[in-house]
Amino acid sequence: MDINMTLLGQTVTFIVFVWFCYKFIWPFLIEAMRERQKTIAEGLAAGEEAERSRESAREEVADRLKEAQAEAQRIVDQARSQAAQMIEQARQDARDEGDRLKEAANAEIEQEFNRARESLRGEVATLAVQGAERILEADIDRDRHGELLNRLAAEL
Amino acid sequence: MAESSAEYIQHHLTNLTYGQCSDGAWQFAPCADGASMSFLSINVDSMGWSIGLGVLFCLIFRKAAKHATAGVPGSLQNAVEMLVEFIDDTCRSIFTHSNAIIAPLALTIFVWVFLMNLMDLVPVDWIPELAMALGVPYMKIVPTTDPNVTMGMALAVFALILFYSIRQKGAGGFLGELAFHPFPKVLAPVNFILESVTLLAKPLSLGLRLFGNLYAGEMIFILIALMYAGWAIGIFGGILQWAWAVFHVLIIILQAFIFAVLTVVYLAQAYDVEEEH
Repeated sequence: MDINMTLLGQTVTFIVFVWFCYKFIWPFLIEAMRERQKTIAEGLAAGEEAERSRESAREEVADRLKEAQAEAQRIVDQARSQAAQMIEQARQDARDEGDRLKEAANAEIEQEFNRARESLRGEVATLAVQGAERILEADIDRDRHGELLNRLAAEL
Repeated sequence: MAESSAEYIQHHLTNLTYGQCSDGAWQFAPCADGASMSFLSINVDSMGWSIGLGVLFCLIFRKAAKHATAGVPGSLQNAVEMLVEFIDDTCRSIFTHSNAIIAPLALTIFVWVFLMNLMDLVPVDWIPELAMALGVPYMKIVPTTDPNVTMGMALAVFALILFYSIRQKGAGGFLGELAFHPFPKVLAPVNFILESVTLLAKPLSLGLRLFGNLYAGEMIFILIALMYAGWAIGIFGGILQWAWAVFHVLIIILQAFIFAVLTVVYLAQAYDVEEEH
């Protein structure tokens, strides 16, 4: 256990190993670790960012959905009111048409009625004259009694 | 076990030394005249094992460093990075200045010393007996039980302390720090003696703490190994050895860590400028 050259030999060996570690080991390892640390930090940050953007996307989707629902509701309402309007219109048209037809029929009936009355009136006048002729056995002067006959016809 | 207990212990505590004997011949110890060798000798086993383990450290970590990727790490890279991160954190919390050498220094110390300490867990007889069979008379496989090894490292740390002290504070500033504390300037010589002792105590305590812990641990393993003489006591010895080994796992990691951390602390002190009293 004497102190001898081993002492200095160890000192030199020690320095060589430390130098080797300083030169060829430490920097590579520490750099790789730093880089990985950075990568992980970036990854985590990106994950957080993605989470945030996902959240905002979800909100946007919800907004869009709400908008779309409102739009659909609006369209449905519009269609419904339009349909009601159209039905109302059709009903109105039908009613008008009916009225028109009824009026036309009424007018025709009236016309027919008047015509019938006119012809009846004429015939009545003729019959009255003929009747009177038979009663009187005399010729009634159509020209003289025309006015009387007409007044009679008008009363019928 | 033909030899006596004393011889057995002595054998296990003797390094394989190559050097010059007093008669001028270069050879492995012991010399023909039985005298110990001069300073110009070297513990071949300590050097061999420590360099081998240091190279092992370099190879493993270099492999991890070469394939280091910022992507998904493999298991080797994971293990190495865990150590690196641990050392890096420790250094950052102690050494607040900027110096690129500190962390690699601490890592090297921690892992290398740990590997050298780890040899303590190899059963004490295996490798020396194997070496004997191969014709090598002595083989101490735990380099940190050789004070040359621990003090050699402490010496390097001491050199760094001096270097950074002088670089950061200037020679004058460094001497001033030694001379003007803790008493007023009139007592400069007293201060200087006190502070010099403090300064010298750093590498001494650093090296001797590691050596003492590991040497004592090794000694206990050897003493336990002495019990493998009979069946009953042998089984008891086996249990003891296992228990001590489990406890020793803590010690070898702790001592490696202490050496590394104290080195960082001392260097941080070398950087720090103490406030004037």
